[in-house]
Amino acid sequence: MSDNFNISSSPHLRTKVTTDKIMLAVLIALLPAAFFGIYNFRDQNAWIVVVVTVASAVATEYIYEKLMKKKITIKDCSAAVTGLLLALNLPANAPWWMCILGSVFAVLIVKQLFGGLGQNFMNPALAARCFLLISFTGRMTNFVYDGVSGATPLAQLKAGESVNTMDMLMGYTAGTIGETSVIAIMIGAMLLILLEVIDLRIPGSYIVSFVIFIVLFGGHGFDGQYITAHLCGGGFMLGAWFMATDYVTSPITKSGQIIYGVCLGILTGLFRLFGASAEGVSYAIICGNLLVPLIEKVTLPKPFGKGGEK
Amino acid sequence: MKSDRHRKIKEGRDKRMALFTFKGGVHPSDGKDLAKNKSIVELEPGEELVYPVSQHIGAPAKLVVKAGDQVKKGQKLAEAGGFVSAPVYSSVSGTVKKLEPRFSPTGSKVNCVVVENDCEYTEVDYEPVKSLEALSKEKILKLISEAGIVGMGGAGFPTHVKLSPKEPDKIEYVIANCAECEPYITADYRRMLENPEELISGMRVILKLFDNAKGIFGVEDNKTDCIVKLKELIRDEPRMEVIALQTKYPQGAERQLIYATTGRAINSSMLPADAGCVVDNVETIIAIHNAVINGKPSMERVVTVSGDGVNEPGNFKVLFGMNQRELVEAAGGLKGEPKKVISGGPMMGFSMLTLDTPITKTSSSILCLMNDEVAEYETGACINCGKCVEVCPSRILPTRIAKYAERLDEEMFVKHEGMECVECGACSYVCPAKLQLKQSIGSMRKIVLANRKK
Repeated sequence: MSDNFNISSSPHLRTKVTTDKIMLAVLIALLPAAFFGIYNFRDQNAWIVVVVTVASAVATEYIYEKLMKKKITIKDCSAAVTGLLLALNLPANAPWWMCILGSVFAVLIVKQLFGGLGQNFMNPALAARCFLLISFTGRMTNFVYDGVSGATPLAQLKAGESVNTMDMLMGYTAGTIGETSVIAIMIGAMLLILLEVIDLRIPGSYIVSFVIFIVLFGGHGFDGQYITAHLCGGGFMLGAWFMATDYVTSPITKSGQIIYGVCLGILTGLFRLFGASAEGVSYAIICGNLLVPLIEKVTLPKPFGKGGEK
Repeated sequence: MKSDRHRKIKEGRDKRMALFTFKGGVHPSDGKDLAKNKSIVELEPGEELVYPVSQHIGAPAKLVVKAGDQVKKGQKLAEAGGFVSAPVYSSVSGTVKKLEPRFSPTGSKVNCVVVENDCEYTEVDYEPVKSLEALSKEKILKLISEAGIVGMGGAGFPTHVKLSPKEPDKIEYVIANCAECEPYITADYRRMLENPEELISGMRVILKLFDNAKGIFGVEDNKTDCIVKLKELIRDEPRMEVIALQTKYPQGAERQLIYATTGRAINSSMLPADAGCVVDNVETIIAIHNAVINGKPSMERVVTVSGDGVNEPGNFKVLFGMNQRELVEAAGGLKGEPKKVISGGPMMGFSMLTLDTPITKTSSSILCLMNDEVAEYETGACINCGKCVEVCPSRILPTRIAKYAERLDEEMFVKHEGMECVECGACSYVCPAKLQLKQSIGSMRKIVLANRKK
């Protein structure tokens, strides 16, 4: 027998889509929002926050894996995605040590200690943001825009003031680095939809249920401007398109994804309308993450042909 | 109660008239252009032919010859070893050289009869049927079982068993699996174009067994020429129908095909007959035609030799027992050094260590691939993307079930419906982490089945 061909179990074909490529696509899709944020907050050197956070996230993963003698996985871009997502959720004037602390918390504690890629039960970037928000509330909510320290549009809305929804769409408002420009976020989201990285199940059901909640309980009825302000502010779009859709921390079942989206919509509405702070997307999503195992359990699909027995 | 269910299923089917497919599935690049337009070429066998006694699901056949015996073409070498078994015939005349275990294309060692070809092709006297009408159902079944016909699409389940359901009158559909959903393979396609009369004649024979059944040819819509041809030829056959199916893998999987053509869904605990269906593939139905109409046992088939690793891909009509290397030589030989050689399709076929294995009843193709996509990628961690769930035709959660399988957690595996897997491999194909999901699930299924037999 002169031949010595490869042996493996079928199938012998594979798609060209890999985890690395998916993560790279997410990274690229986040760039419009990142670049807009860097431009929007150029007076506060937002680029430093972005660079430090991404670099420290990747470094944390590398150092941990090196020390633990594990396979180095920084090439899969997942740490970079986590770092960039976290950076986009930080205020532009966040000090450098807070960026590093957040990255270490996200990558080391939330991701690696639970087993690395695919094993975390919460979105690492959001968990780190919430950790920083609780630990350094003052610094995390001190938003400076155009040299003036002021409230975010959503806080103004909550206080009963009027807001400029056009500025909110474009992104010329106070807020975290990546959450302000709905346009930039949507460009990235469209890319992910076109590349079939995400679909509309989670963002769609999240947005629809949130709007219904706001209309029912917001006290403004069907007020277009009020609804638009809620949708454009407080990182709602960034959360709905980039963080609620995180594969690892959302349900794997199709019907479960819709239920998950609805849960997020209701939770966000609850936090925003009845909670102390004006925001609520981050908390809603990490609470939603915790519901995922339960949602999956009740939405297990019916196997093909089950129930047809005689 | 039951008729009510059937009515509902029928209504379901009508609603789906426009679709004719199933939920899930994948679209791998089909590579069929390589051999699609190559007419079937008949090949002369070499000096030595090898016949494994186990080319089917069920008991191995029992030898009826010994070393040194002279055999004729069409003479029985081994008889059925039980009801679920099939006899094996010599496809050439010559001398039985030896009986020894040899590698089969699936990689296991099987007892084989080695026959030295005298190149005379002296045949036994066949008994062609005088009139199909005059044959009794029992006689037809006897002819099919004696001919050693098994499912030639790859499964190798003895055909006479399939055709002997408990209640033959309840069979409403005889479905010819003309989907050929595996990439690269074009053998059935060529058969439908070049021998459609034989296919239809075989269908006529099967319909004779089931008085209340309708014959359906389920053809994927990438083979429009076959659809047109078959439709034309069955114009005067009131009991036959051609259905164009959406081109999608695994459209030709039995359960998915039944669903696409009849709207009836069966699971792992049911047989097609439970849904009033019998499914046979193109090559098998042609073998039935040969057995019943011409009185010839199952001795030959069409095999596609294709892939970027052969010089001249083509379709060949060959005798069982021929060495696979002879086919590759006929296809212009290997182009360079292929990394992988597959017996069967790239989605469900077996990779072979060597080409020196015989063509068996279930060899639908030989694929020589320059690149081994499986070896090219490293496996990673599951990121819960759900692509496997999306494509799974059995609508289970492959990634979760594969995890239970790897932990050998039989209870959770069965509870989460791991046994419903049809092992089509669509999950492994799409997995971005390149996990061997089908392999894990398939191995566990075998363990569970073995434990159940205990």
